[in-house]
Amino acid sequence: MKKFSTLLLTAALVFTCAACGSEGDSQGSSDVNSEVQDSSEASTEEESEAQDSSEADASQESEAQDSSEAEGESEAQDSSEASEEGSEAGTEGAEGAEAKSEGVMTYAEYDAAALESEVVIETYVQAKQSWWEDKATVYTQDKDGAYFVYNMVCSEEDYEKLVPGTKIKVTGYKTEWSGEVEIAEGATFEILEGNYIAPVEDVTSLLGSDDLIKHQNKFVAFKGMTVEPCKDADGNNIKDADGNDVAFLYNWDGSGQEGDDLYFNVSLNGNTYTFTVESYLCDSSTDVYKAVQGLNIGDKIDMEGFLYWYEGVNPHITSVKTAE
Amino acid sequence: MNKEEKRSHSAKGPFLPLLAALMGCVFLLTGCHGSKGLDAFAIPESFDAGREHEITFWAKNDTNKTQTAIYEQAIADFQELYPNIRVNLRLYTDYGKIYNDVITNIATNTTPNVCITYPDHIATYLTGVNQVVPLEGLFDDDRYGLGGSEVRFDAPSREEIIPQFLEECAFGGHYYAIPYMRSTESCYINKTYVEKLGYELPDTLTWDFVWEVSEAAMAMDEEGNYLVNGQDVMIPFIYKSTDNMMIQQIRQKGAGYSTEEGEILLFSDDTKELLETIAAHTRTGAFSTFKISSYPANFLNAGQCIFAIDSTAGATWMGSDAPLIDISADKLVEFETEVMAIPQFDTSNPQMISQGPSVCVFNKEDPQEVLASWLFTQYLLTNEVQIAYAETEGYVPVTSRAQESPEYQEYLSGCGEDNALHYEVKIKATKLLLENVDHTFVTPVFNGSASLRDAAGQLIEETVKSIRRSQTVDDAYYEKLYSDMASRHHLDQLEQQQGSSKEGKSDLGPLPGPAVLLLSALAGAWALMLAYIVFYRAKKKER
Repeated sequence: MKKFSTLLLTAALVFTCAACGSEGDSQGSSDVNSEVQDSSEASTEEESEAQDSSEADASQESEAQDSSEAEGESEAQDSSEASEEGSEAGTEGAEGAEAKSEGVMTYAEYDAAALESEVVIETYVQAKQSWWEDKATVYTQDKDGAYFVYNMVCSEEDYEKLVPGTKIKVTGYKTEWSGEVEIAEGATFEILEGNYIAPVEDVTSLLGSDDLIKHQNKFVAFKGMTVEPCKDADGNNIKDADGNDVAFLYNWDGSGQEGDDLYFNVSLNGNTYTFTVESYLCDSSTDVYKAVQGLNIGDKIDMEGFLYWYEGVNPHITSVKTAE
Repeated sequence: MNKEEKRSHSAKGPFLPLLAALMGCVFLLTGCHGSKGLDAFAIPESFDAGREHEITFWAKNDTNKTQTAIYEQAIADFQELYPNIRVNLRLYTDYGKIYNDVITNIATNTTPNVCITYPDHIATYLTGVNQVVPLEGLFDDDRYGLGGSEVRFDAPSREEIIPQFLEECAFGGHYYAIPYMRSTESCYINKTYVEKLGYELPDTLTWDFVWEVSEAAMAMDEEGNYLVNGQDVMIPFIYKSTDNMMIQQIRQKGAGYSTEEGEILLFSDDTKELLETIAAHTRTGAFSTFKISSYPANFLNAGQCIFAIDSTAGATWMGSDAPLIDISADKLVEFETEVMAIPQFDTSNPQMISQGPSVCVFNKEDPQEVLASWLFTQYLLTNEVQIAYAETEGYVPVTSRAQESPEYQEYLSGCGEDNALHYEVKIKATKLLLENVDHTFVTPVFNGSASLRDAAGQLIEETVKSIRRSQTVDDAYYEKLYSDMASRHHLDQLEQQQGSSKEGKSDLGPLPGPAVLLLSALAGAWALMLAYIVFYRAKKKER
């Protein structure tokens, strides 16, 4: 009996402790503070945040903890997975175009659709960029073209399911933001059966041409490009503390710190282009981030990434290797 | 062409109101274990200069290298004065991200020491017990206060902080921050196109004028190009911050937004009327927003926008000769840029928002650490920092000492001398605020005010989106929009609380599931312990 009681008490205690941090009922609460009112909704976040905090604790010397940095690791893994798997799985995808379900647009139909019109597509996640306030931003692609889906409605639970290759049906509105054609914020999606990893497409020869934009948002490769010095708004080379030219910047002008986006210049045939390691897509723990931090001016490199657009081509690079 | 900010706030972050809710949960949990949170900060007798202090400073910059350099220089100079204080800088480019991270770190007691923030955000931080240090005691401390006898630098006195700016940091009976920089919004105008359309800019810009010119700019030729610019793209009026747009229009109209106590007045017929006007001009293509189209500066500089409203702190991106340009050279169009105050409904009583970063100090167990934090915070008000930072954008220093200094006056008088430090548009934007401080306002700060601000902007964003998507926007639409926004931002619950407190009631509704579970488990545990004791004693008696 003693043992049984002890066991029961222990179980009750564990249960009590667990209840302290458990998920709540989103309907019942009516807290005093509007911004701190829905404790139950926060509870799933609470657990993950707590984990993230401890991860951050372990990995950062700084007293400050950045949940997003800690969480960002999973993003980086996803993107690098996508990058690595791309060429391997590419042949799988080349076996033939997949038929679209009824009421779903082909890529050609999507491409022809007017801006601000409703679109319904079936596509495959290639990489996840971010999740924030129940909104997810993902790079997707089918065998005919690519779709950037910005801030679609997505629970954290569903976000975890969006591994590279996952087939999704997205319903939303086509829009354009600074030249980037995308499915606008607020789209909805459902996960379908099916899997496809797009093969990487070499678009090096299209750089500087009007045809490049036809490949917008695709997973692409740039080969044999040369790292150039970073320049300021006036075109002067930016120097480091020792007076040397620099091969990359944190943020577009060097105003950032480790963990921020990386910007670097690469040239081909006398033309220079600015490429980016988007820190939400590939954070500072990823190979590509470290590779760019290690670049030297004059290096010849091959790159892979997603053909993002911001007032012109602005690829979000996911892989950098010494040119073959 | 790399100005692009993160359109989403974080790589992977929780829903902000929920994150704020996390704080509440943590306080409940710490309550479970008998903790009362931090003790209120008490100013130490003296600063312990013999001890090493390490503090963190979370700073916001406008993705601007010079601003970063100024922070770094300020830290270096401060550390030279206080060799025993080490300041670790962490840079942000987004207030929302700071807010997110602060709330996360409150939950784990790892807040920064000093943090750039908005008063609206501090109102949420205050839900934590003694998390944010009330500063009035420190302001007035003879030794370590503003300009105190033991302060090792030339700090401004309390009276030298511009009173309006300082008052913006006061709420709940305390000063929870000091202003760091101030800005407002201004309208950057392609004057060349306004005149080409046959108009002359008035002395004070009105909404009617802006709408009229914008509609006139929509005229096209047979090939589908706009007559005014000869291009196939023209959005005559683009607003960067739609929350500011709604807030300022409401203020200028004398309509309701919220009371000081937090009663929500936003969802009114007056607001609907404003939205209807915005909808009408969106329908013709004359109006759009940053979130929907892109940066006003990019369109302005490409000759695709006539009225671009953005912060005065974005002035260096505006105009053909702007030091910072985000579009390719072949897209840049030459035009004359005029800088004016935002449009008004009543030109005799202009009203514009006061905004810009403030600085708060977080409480810590060690009062010496807090005092070190305060000393650094105070250092940010010195002329060296104030003037240097203000000159990076259309910011205004927050002290009269800095504003009146010969150095700053010389800077202002050099307006237009070059397209870098003395860039005309930037200094005109700065002067706009300097000359209109008495016409600025801020919205009431309360727990929930940050959400209300978001909702105000989203009313416009959703309306514009719906119009562009050819959806029906009628009375029923606005009714649903109000309901959706109130619910999404939890403002309906805030209203309920307001109603309850007005009636003297405090109906918190049914207990949430976890609370029931927790209480049941506790009761069960006690019952079992009691049962065990009874059983044990009964057994003992039997023996």
